[in-house]
Amino acid sequence: MDVGAAPRVQRKAVALLSGGLDSLLAARMMLDQGIHVEGINFFTGFCVEGHTHAVRKDRQRRVVRNNALHAASQLGIRLHIVDVIEEYKDIVLNPRHGYGAHLNPCLDCKGFMVGKAREWMETHGFDFIVTGEVLGQRPKSQRRDTFPVIARESGAFDRLLRPLSAQLLAPTLPEREGWVDRERLLKLSGRNRKPQIGMARAQGLDYAQPAGGCCFLTDANYARKLRDLWESRGDRRYDFDDIMLLKIGRHIRPRPHFKLIIGREEGENRFLEGYRHRFIHLFAADANGPIALLQGEAADEDLMLAAAITARFGQARHAESVRMTIVRPGADAQQRMVPPWPVDRFPREWYL
Amino acid sequence: MPHLDARHLLCPMPVIRVSEQLRDLAAGTVLTVACTDPGALYDIPAWCRLEGHEVMESRVEPSGEIVIVIKVHA
Repeated sequence: MDVGAAPRVQRKAVALLSGGLDSLLAARMMLDQGIHVEGINFFTGFCVEGHTHAVRKDRQRRVVRNNALHAASQLGIRLHIVDVIEEYKDIVLNPRHGYGAHLNPCLDCKGFMVGKAREWMETHGFDFIVTGEVLGQRPKSQRRDTFPVIARESGAFDRLLRPLSAQLLAPTLPEREGWVDRERLLKLSGRNRKPQIGMARAQGLDYAQPAGGCCFLTDANYARKLRDLWESRGDRRYDFDDIMLLKIGRHIRPRPHFKLIIGREEGENRFLEGYRHRFIHLFAADANGPIALLQGEAADEDLMLAAAITARFGQARHAESVRMTIVRPGADAQQRMVPPWPVDRFPREWYL
Repeated sequence: MPHLDARHLLCPMPVIRVSEQLRDLAAGTVLTVACTDPGALYDIPAWCRLEGHEVMESRVEPSGEIVIVIKVHA
């Protein structure tokens, strides 16, 4: 043994793992350089994976799993899944850098997540942060001019390493200090994912989809429903149940003061049943059909309209009339006979 | 024996709740978790493996409810 030589300190990195391919590869590259890596994943409430698969029975044939956890399992590293639902509201409601095509505050979101990772790094005595960001891959958050914004606003500064594009960027602290070998980092750029797919294949890594961490806020339909929620309340706010329910069922607003959420299949109906205690709900008493939750205010004539609409989506939709059960929270169920709303005259503008 | 009711929570909330609860339990303690999200059958054992906790049992009841029994690692 070399007497007097200082033992080499194993450096520690926290890697943002979305469950997608890029972050999986970035973490793998750090492990290959002898870095101790632990993963971190932030749950905002808007992630596409998981919820939709878990709820919809017709999608349960697919593998149901958390993709970030699956990535960590392949890497053999710890994964810290952090609930940021409350803190994230400010990012969604007041993005400093504005929205992307829909309600996606991508640049603020990235700064927020790297900032949370930076806090975690400091608390746990880690040395730097790793992300799977690729220069030029995303129009809003992964550009040469926005990378420094993320580094600055997160407080990570040069402790933020992007291994997939590192050779196209200024050397970071881990590179300058020799904790990682810059020559073994990459210079990927743009939207072409073939190099990453090839790397994953060569290393036998399994990944859920080329671009991970899909977010409902980038979805036009979801964003429209969220905007409608805010407009109907006259207030830009949401709670966790609101954003969950926007992912489930048909959303139909026949009147400005109420909307219906109608299950599309068995799994969604079962999920909506869990909210019966909070909302007026309706279902066909004598025929198969969906459950509908009513959000908003409803007078008696509104309930009749809601019952007719709900009946339209049941098996008795072509019957002359259907016996519908209507339940207000905390009150006895009432039954009404209603004609189902005619299938061929259903106003398209009612759909959200 | 400690019990965690994670029914009606969807991915990844069951894993988050399990990790929060295990943080406060002494080594060797056995925690029983009840879930309804089918993803929990994969996710909770996968997370436990990475953390070194022992999954003593995981089963699906006839009602569809998932039960996972975890022993906190030393």
